[in-house]
Amino acid sequence: MAYALQQLINGISLGMIYGLIAVGYTMVYGIIGMINFAHGDIFMISAFIALIAVILLSLGGLMDGPAAILLVLVISMAITALYGWTLERVAYRPLRGSFRLAPLISAIGMSIVLQNYVQVSQGARVKPLEPLVPGGIEVMRDGAFVVQFSYIQMLIIAVTLVVLAVFTILVTRTPLGRAMRACEQDRRMAALLGIDTDRTISLTFVIGASLAAVAGTMYLLRYGVIDFYIGFLAGVKAFTAAVLGGIGSLPGAVLGGLLIGLIETFWSAYFSVQYKDVAAFSILAITLIFLPTGLLGRQEVEKV
Amino acid sequence: MLSRRLMLGAVLAVTTSTGAWAQGNTGPIRIATAGPMTGQYAAFGSQMRAGAEQAVADINARGGVMGRQLVLEIGDDACDPRQAVSVANQLSSRGVRFVAGHFCSGSSIPASKVYAEEGVLQISPASTNPRFTDEGGWNTFRTCGRDDQQGQVAGRYIADNFKGKKVAILHDNSAYGKGLADETKKALNAAGTQETLYAAYTPGERDYNALVSRLKGAAIDVVYVGGYHTEAGLILRQAKEQGMNLTLIGGDALVTNEFWQITGAAGEGTLMTFSSDPRKRASAAEVVQRFRAKNIDPEGYVLYTYAAIQIWAQAAAKVNSLDPKRIAEAMKTQGPWQTVLGEISFDRKGDVTVPDYVFYVWKNGAYSEM
Repeated sequence: MAYALQQLINGISLGMIYGLIAVGYTMVYGIIGMINFAHGDIFMISAFIALIAVILLSLGGLMDGPAAILLVLVISMAITALYGWTLERVAYRPLRGSFRLAPLISAIGMSIVLQNYVQVSQGARVKPLEPLVPGGIEVMRDGAFVVQFSYIQMLIIAVTLVVLAVFTILVTRTPLGRAMRACEQDRRMAALLGIDTDRTISLTFVIGASLAAVAGTMYLLRYGVIDFYIGFLAGVKAFTAAVLGGIGSLPGAVLGGLLIGLIETFWSAYFSVQYKDVAAFSILAITLIFLPTGLLGRQEVEKV
Repeated sequence: MLSRRLMLGAVLAVTTSTGAWAQGNTGPIRIATAGPMTGQYAAFGSQMRAGAEQAVADINARGGVMGRQLVLEIGDDACDPRQAVSVANQLSSRGVRFVAGHFCSGSSIPASKVYAEEGVLQISPASTNPRFTDEGGWNTFRTCGRDDQQGQVAGRYIADNFKGKKVAILHDNSAYGKGLADETKKALNAAGTQETLYAAYTPGERDYNALVSRLKGAAIDVVYVGGYHTEAGLILRQAKEQGMNLTLIGGDALVTNEFWQITGAAGEGTLMTFSSDPRKRASAAEVVQRFRAKNIDPEGYVLYTYAAIQIWAQAAAKVNSLDPKRIAEAMKTQGPWQTVLGEISFDRKGDVTVPDYVFYVWKNGAYSEM
C-alpha cells in the first residue's frame, strides 16, 4: 500500500512534465494541423535558459528562496516564448500555403538545427545543477518503508496545475482564446470574419513554447542534469501522450501525459524496469486500435 | 623477366634478413613502444613514450640486456585500428621482437594478431578490455587491470564489509556496465552473499524514481551500479530525495567531478574502484625522482609502460635468450617480477594476477584513495 502510494507520487510528478510538453504539441496540431517536431527541442532550450538564469542569479547572489525560482521560471518562459515565435515565423509561416508535408520536414530540420545550435554553443557534455529545492515531507510510514513526498514534487504538481488552469481560462474565456478556437475550426472563415489568423497562430506557438518552458524549468530543478539531447526523448514521450489523450484536445494532452507517466512508473515498480517503454507504447498501440482518435479526441467531421 | 624476379627475390631476402641481423648475437636490441603519438589521445602516447625512454635509458645504464644495449622505436597508431595493424607490420619487419603497447584496446587487439604471427611479444600498459588477453595468443600481456577485475574487487569488498546488509546490483546494459555488474555479482555470490535485486535500467533517462522506490521497497542498503556517472548520480540523488540512506558503489566511470555536481551532498561516502596512484608506491620512489628531475610528471600510464619494459628485460635475462616465445613462457611461470609498480606476476592469459584496483571514496566534493 505504502509502496504503491510512493509509486503513485512518482508517476504523477513525471506525468505532469510529459503533460506540459504534450499541450504544446496538441495546440499546434489543433490550430494548423501539423506536428511540430521541434517542440521537444524548444523544451530543451528552455531548460538551458533556466540553467543560465540560475547561474547568473547565483553570481549576483540572488539565487535564494521561492522568489528566485519564480524569477527563473519567468525568464525561461519569456525567452523560450521568443524562440517559439521565431520558429514559427522563420520555418513554418513561409510554408503555410505549401503542400502538407513541407512544414513537417521543416520541423524536423528545425529540430536538428536547434539541437546542433545548443551542442555547438553549450558543448556536448551534460550540464549538472545541484538540488535547489531539497527535502520533503513524510506522508506515511509502513514498517521501515517511508513514503516521501519531496518539495520539488509538490512544486511541480502545484505549478503545473496553476499554469494549466491559467491557460485553460485563456483558451476558453478570452477573445484570444475565441480566435484560436475559430482558427482551429475553419481558418479561412475566421480570416473572412476579421480574425488576424497569422497573429493567432504566432500566439499559439508562443503559448506552447512558454508551457514547454515551465516543463523545462521544472525538469531542470527536479533532475538537475541536462544536455542538448534531452528534447528528443522527452519530445517523443510527450508526443505519445498527446496522441494517447487525443491530439487536438487540451485536457487529453494532460491526461495522456499523466497516463504515460503512471504506466511507466507502475510497470517499473512491479515488472521489469528495462521494458517500461515497451509497456507504455504497447498500451498506446492498443488504445489507438479501439479509439483511433485517442481517449478524449473528437471524431473529425469532414466538411463538405 | 628472369633477372627481374631474381632481383625481387634478392631484395626480399635482404629485407627479411635485416630483422635477423638486428637481433643477431651482437649489437643493439630493438624494442618498441606504440600508441597514439598524434591525434586526440596524444597525451597518453607521450606518457608511454616518456616511460619507455626512461626505462630504456635506465636499463642501458645498467649494462643493457644480456650485455647488449637497447634501442627504442616509436610507433604511432593514433588509436586507429587500421593504422595499428600497419604500425605492427612495420615494427615487426624492422626486427622488433618486443612492443610495449598499444594504448587503446581497439588498437591493441588487432595489432596483437599481427604480432602473434610475426613472433613479437606484446605488453600493453593500458588496454583494459578483457578481449585483449582472452582472445590473444601466446604473446599478449598487460600491466594494467582488466575491466572485469574491478568487479571482482568490488564484489569481494561488498561481501566483506557489508555483511548482513541487503545488496542490489544494477547495470545499464552496456558492454562496460553489464560486464562490471556481472563480475561483481559473481564475486559476491562466490563469497556467499546473495543480492536482493538484480536489474537493468535504460541509460540516457533522467527519472529513476520508480527504480529507487523499488530499492526502497526491498529495503536495500548497498547498491552496486555498473554504468556511468550520470545515471549513477541521478539514482543516488533521487534516493536521497526519497529519504533513503543508500551506499552506492561503482566502477572507474564515477571518477569524475561531474558525479558530485549531480549528486550534491547525496554523493558523500560513494565508493568506486580505480587504479591506485602508482607514483605513491615505495617501489616507484626512486624512478619517480628521476622523472621529476627531468621535469616530467610520471602520471597516468608512464610507470605502466616503464614496468612493461622492466618485466620483459628481466624475463629475457632470466632465460638468457631473446626468443619471444621462451620469454613469454617465462613471464607466465617464473614471476614475480620486480617493477616500479611493485611485484607483478602473470596468469596463463597474460593478465596481472593481483589486480591493482583499490577503492576511492567521495567526501565533501572530492575523491581520494581509501
